[in-house]
Amino acid sequence: MTTAAEAAEGARPVARPTSRMRRLKKSRWGRVVARTPFYLLVALIFVYCLFPFYWFLRSSFTPEVKLFQTPVKYIPSPFTLANYREVLSASFFTDALLNSVIVAGSVTLLSLAIGASAAFALGRFRFHGRSFVMYLMLSMTIFPQIAILGALYTTISKFHLYDTLGALIFSYLIFTLPFTIWVLTSFMRALPGDLEEAAYVDGATPLQVFWKVLLPLIAPGLVTTGLLAFISAWNEYLYALSFIQSPGKYTVPLAITSFVSKTGSAFAVPWGQIMAATVIITMPLIILVLILQKRIIAGLTAGAVKG
Amino acid sequence: MASVATPAQPRRRSRRTKLARRQTRLAWLLLVPSLAVVALVALYPLGKTVFQSFTDQEFLALEPTKWVGFDNYTQLFHDSLFRHSIWTTIKFSAITVAFEFALGLAIALVVNSNFKGRGMMRAVMLVPWAIPTVVAAQMWKWMLDDTFGVINDLGVRLHVLSHSHAWIADPSTSLAAVCAVDIWKTTPFVALLLLAGLQVIPQDLYEAARVDGANVLQQFWKITFPLLKPAILVTLIFRTLDALRVFDVFYVFFGNRPDTQTMAIYAQSTIVGDGHVGYGAAVSVVIFLIIAIFVVIYMTLNRLSGEET
Repeated sequence: MTTAAEAAEGARPVARPTSRMRRLKKSRWGRVVARTPFYLLVALIFVYCLFPFYWFLRSSFTPEVKLFQTPVKYIPSPFTLANYREVLSASFFTDALLNSVIVAGSVTLLSLAIGASAAFALGRFRFHGRSFVMYLMLSMTIFPQIAILGALYTTISKFHLYDTLGALIFSYLIFTLPFTIWVLTSFMRALPGDLEEAAYVDGATPLQVFWKVLLPLIAPGLVTTGLLAFISAWNEYLYALSFIQSPGKYTVPLAITSFVSKTGSAFAVPWGQIMAATVIITMPLIILVLILQKRIIAGLTAGAVKG
Repeated sequence: MASVATPAQPRRRSRRTKLARRQTRLAWLLLVPSLAVVALVALYPLGKTVFQSFTDQEFLALEPTKWVGFDNYTQLFHDSLFRHSIWTTIKFSAITVAFEFALGLAIALVVNSNFKGRGMMRAVMLVPWAIPTVVAAQMWKWMLDDTFGVINDLGVRLHVLSHSHAWIADPSTSLAAVCAVDIWKTTPFVALLLLAGLQVIPQDLYEAARVDGANVLQQFWKITFPLLKPAILVTLIFRTLDALRVFDVFYVFFGNRPDTQTMAIYAQSTIVGDGHVGYGAAVSVVIFLIIAIFVVIYMTLNRLSGEET
């Protein structure tokens, strides 16, 4: 980017282009000018990523009536919290928040508990069939969930789990567990062997080593993986749509798509409320992601690139 | 692979094998819960789906289920709705993966250079990825609204559009509208994956190239691209597989409007909506095979590019 800008600068018809360029590069303003196209590009990426967020914030703070007026206003006027009040007093939405916390929380804890022990075996032991299990887990991470929808649907209704949160907790393990195992194994493997060996020399059993030595060391990995599992369970839609029927058991994605206006008209979608709901359910995720940003990127690349 | 610690190096051979056997047993014991879950949640249902696809099973049917052989598959072969859904899914996948890759690579290259606020940029790029697809779809549905949407308003104000357009309802633009959501949500994520690959490339390679007088384009083709290839392939695989099973965006935008069904929506509405479990299972098996074909293609590509270098 910079070189292109400098080249353009140098191409101007001046007597001594090289010295002019050098002078330009040295002066502060020259540097700024040369870097301008680059920063414009950065700004463009920034706006592209964030504009929709601005827009739903703006819509959530604008009174419902004003949303349906042209010309479109870019700043909420008058500023209002009515949409938020409306959404938070709608029991199906607050129920959905609670349901999603229960489902995503249980799935995350289950995956971490089961996955960590598997990662211990896969990451710190040498045994026959290890790479087979690794491949099995990897193929599970790319497993198309739609392929088993029908079988899950009949199984779930046979065990009377249809329209319960249990159905979701059970079926979400299919995408959280293999991923958790895969990432935690890569964390386990990256640990140096010394501490562990010292513990074994001192007579610790493998399970003690697991609890007292390894688990604390991969705590950052557990946090990252847990967050990723939580996000994917929190966001899931297909199974929730298929296995849940009563509004009281809705998860957040189901709730967000089932807002209807009080008048019952299909044309008057309550966009203000939907946008307020959107803000409520995305802000915690966004804040968590921003705090744990570096770790998430590390976890994602461990999951994806090391394969 | 290699850095696996063995508990307390034993000296005698017999002790070692005994220890190894104990280790193996413990390892499998630790794996039991995970393998049980995978078997129960994935492998058993997969087998059952294949079985169901050869029957005429209906959800909550009164009559007993019959074995029908390949009937479902022959019927599927003539099912124009399903064929259309495959075509829609493949078009969607091709468009989004191509855009996400091209834009993502460009963004990764920009963010990879040194500048103030680079850390913040990387954080900003994670934001679209973190929000639920359903929510992203809802946001865009509102932004694309034909009368009160900001996209139409901006377009008209900036004289890109002569008049407001019903992006979602108009069949000629509905696919583009859906693609725009997916591209917005996933491009930054693709960029982050590629960025991770870029940062592993040693800087002195570029310095050496500069000393040898290579220009920026040459540096890209001779250094960046070959070294980034593994990261590119993995990113493409994951993106393609994700795109092929797309459900959420389409469903939020169109429900199960027939002209914009994806393979996943067709299967879901056949099984859950209509209760045709047997026929839907055949649909699922075909989807599974289509995705498997893509996996094989990519794995072959991966091996070929591995042999090349």
